[in-house]
Amino acid sequence: MTRAPDLPALFDRADGLYRDYKLGAVRAWKARTGGLAIGYMPIYIPCELLHAQGVLPVGLMGARDDLEIIKGDAYYQSYICHIPRSTIELGLNGNIDCLDGLIFPAICDVIRNLSGIWQTLFPDKLVRYLDVPQNFSPDIGGRFYRHELETLCAEMAGRGARPYDPEALSASIALYNRLRRLVRDLYALRQEAPWKVPTSELYIMLRATLVLPVEEAIDLLEEYHACVEAADDRQPLDQARVLLTGSFCEQPPIGLIRTLERSGCYIVDDDFVQVHRWIKSDIPVEGDPLNNLVQAFLSDAIASSTRYIDQGVKGAELLDRVRISGAEGVLFCAPSFCDPALLDQPMMVRAVETTKTPWTAFKYSENTGQFQVIREQAGTFADSIKLWSEA
Amino acid sequence: MSKDQSQVRQKDMIARHFDRLAAAPDTGDKTAYTFVPGNLTELLLSFDLLPVLPEINSLQSAMRGKTAEYIALAEKFGHSEDVCTYVKSDIGMMKSGNIGPTGQRLPDPDVLLLSYTGCFTFLKWFELLREEYHCPVAMLHVPYQPDGRVTPSMRDYVVKQLRDEVIPTLERVSGRAYDEDRLKAHLALAAQAEDDLVWVLQSAKHRPSPIDAYFGAVYYVGPIFSAFRGTQAAVEYYRALRSEIDERIREGKGPVTPDGEMGQERFRVVVEGPPNWTSFRQFWKMFSDEGAVAVASTYTKVGGMYDLGFRHDPSRPLETLAEYCLGCYTNLGLPTRINLLAQYIKEYEADGFLINSVKSCNSFSAGQLHIMREVERISGRPGGFIESDLVDPRYFSAANIKNRLESYFQMLEQKRMGGAA
Ligand code: SF4
Ligand code: SF4
Repeated sequence: MTRAPDLPALFDRADGLYRDYKLGAVRAWKARTGGLAIGYMPIYIPCELLHAQGVLPVGLMGARDDLEIIKGDAYYQSYICHIPRSTIELGLNGNIDCLDGLIFPAICDVIRNLSGIWQTLFPDKLVRYLDVPQNFSPDIGGRFYRHELETLCAEMAGRGARPYDPEALSASIALYNRLRRLVRDLYALRQEAPWKVPTSELYIMLRATLVLPVEEAIDLLEEYHACVEAADDRQPLDQARVLLTGSFCEQPPIGLIRTLERSGCYIVDDDFVQVHRWIKSDIPVEGDPLNNLVQAFLSDAIASSTRYIDQGVKGAELLDRVRISGAEGVLFCAPSFCDPALLDQPMMVRAVETTKTPWTAFKYSENTGQFQVIREQAGTFADSIKLWSEA
Repeated sequence: MSKDQSQVRQKDMIARHFDRLAAAPDTGDKTAYTFVPGNLTELLLSFDLLPVLPEINSLQSAMRGKTAEYIALAEKFGHSEDVCTYVKSDIGMMKSGNIGPTGQRLPDPDVLLLSYTGCFTFLKWFELLREEYHCPVAMLHVPYQPDGRVTPSMRDYVVKQLRDEVIPTLERVSGRAYDEDRLKAHLALAAQAEDDLVWVLQSAKHRPSPIDAYFGAVYYVGPIFSAFRGTQAAVEYYRALRSEIDERIREGKGPVTPDGEMGQERFRVVVEGPPNWTSFRQFWKMFSDEGAVAVASTYTKVGGMYDLGFRHDPSRPLETLAEYCLGCYTNLGLPTRINLLAQYIKEYEADGFLINSVKSCNSFSAGQLHIMREVERISGRPGGFIESDLVDPRYFSAANIKNRLESYFQMLEQKRMGGAA
């Protein structure tokens, strides 16, 4: 059997989009449509809202290991994570000047304060700190969040976007439901047959979707799904199944993901590019669409480290994910100096230990260039899992 | 009134409070652990709940030289070396028997009042403590002020949480019904104390300044940032303090430092960022030895921006609590912080400003290099930048900080001479 012929081409296209700091695809879209493009920082914003007003949402997740940081380092002390400095570098270099604005979701103090820096550096752009509720009651947090979203709609309209239209929003929700379903299906396929969907490949596909209009992102993932389904030449190896957690904001370099795979790990669940998985199931399209978006955020979002867990047990969702994915071990893999991930980690470790699931932990930065130590650590971890499962 | 009377009074207030806390398991008094920014002390007092402030325990542990051991213990239990050392110090203290600053054991909390203002770490901190104490949490999410204003939506959100969630939880825990008249009485007392605190802080506009508005002022804000805002004792403390400072102004005196009366006031500086607590006196001495006095600081505003005019208003009890929480310093967007610093430099006729950037605290530190450049640009005054930590002694490099400060003050001196030439 041969590999589906168009997979390499598809991967190259996605990889090109992932590597293009200058957002060529976004520039082309703007030239074609004349629409506004608005960026957003990790982890999640309701992209439907932007789409419904004719705005292209563009996900920014920092840089990789090949962007030389010169200006960004003048903004941040050594004990602050890397993503804000690479974002500043991209901003000051003019790489992302095609964006008409940037949205900073409320996930941590660093992203929050970056929004203030952005306000002073780019006073002509739309800069919105999107506060999200930590109270999950519809009458309280829901009302507040709805107001935040309405303000965002009005601000986009004030910049020339189409005004808010509930019908358009319902249609956008339906499209994003399709995208979310596709991502869920790919994650499910990877759990079932991780050799068919290597994480280092899936990850690039997901990163590519961040700079594409949702319609094209759907096409890309559908094509990818078809390719990997058909890739019969991909055969299982004797690898340990691991769940990787903690990498929801600053992303590891692709070399690190490949290193983990080469060290004997099948990553069967992860926290990468969570924007399409933040809402866990389809959002209803009937009824008031804005309310549906709000309600989904309140009651159907993942148990992120950036959220207050008011009900249930801390770490319960992680244990569910371990069980559902069939992971044999957990890799705590957080960016250095990442408050939400690292403050959460002791609670997550404790939860994982209740089920006697093996775990190991390491930190990275998006520009980590040396993987030797991680290779050895992950290799030993994978070996020990395999030995243990054989015993 | 003797000049030390306010200090004696404060010491006495603290001692009595910790005595009550230590006796709580026997007396049945109930306790609420909570945070300084956005604290709801008047509300807690109206339910007869005793406040415990883990941040203050951490800083006091640092001053007693205990935090190296506490932090090491927390790290041994898996807490990352990268995160806020207040949290690790608190966890280490708890794991070591929860002995508070007075050497007495602190009671376990009956409720964790998670008023989440200006810092995401608070949220994680109490999730961590909840796992240890298994007690209820009353969560109050306070939205951020990115654009320097409080919108009706923000205020309503906080008020609704107070009314529908925080108060019912406090009722359940305390076994008492919400008593708005009692709350109003505490709020009225808070406003009186706030008037006098502002008078004291603004006394630094005099030359020489009678106070050090950073190192000295951390003692002055102690009662109002902790368990005593809204009490008669705090009103009396601030009245006493005000009259002592008034006397110093009449006598033309500068601040009292750890080495006694400060000599000639040579430099007036504004300070941004929290102090280092493990070498607090040494750090202060590096300023006072150079004749440098802090005339304004942002750290003394983390528990409320009273100098900008906010006062607790008993006629709108829940709204006023909401506005208070929304207005604390670290809940303000960076452009607002920048303008505030520039305004302080102007109003307090400062020669320059210094930023003490602490490794622990992203809420303060992320963006401070940008703040420095912007404040220099707006004010035309030079900024200095030093780095340390709050309570982790590993990050206080005395020689390095002293060098930087000396160079900075030399530069101010040269500028002054250049200006005079
Ligand atoms: S990596 Fe962590 S600390 Fe840094 S910006 Fe992202 S969430 Fe915040
Ligand atoms: S991060 Fe800063 S504001 Fe938050 S708890 Fe630590 S010291 Fe306080």
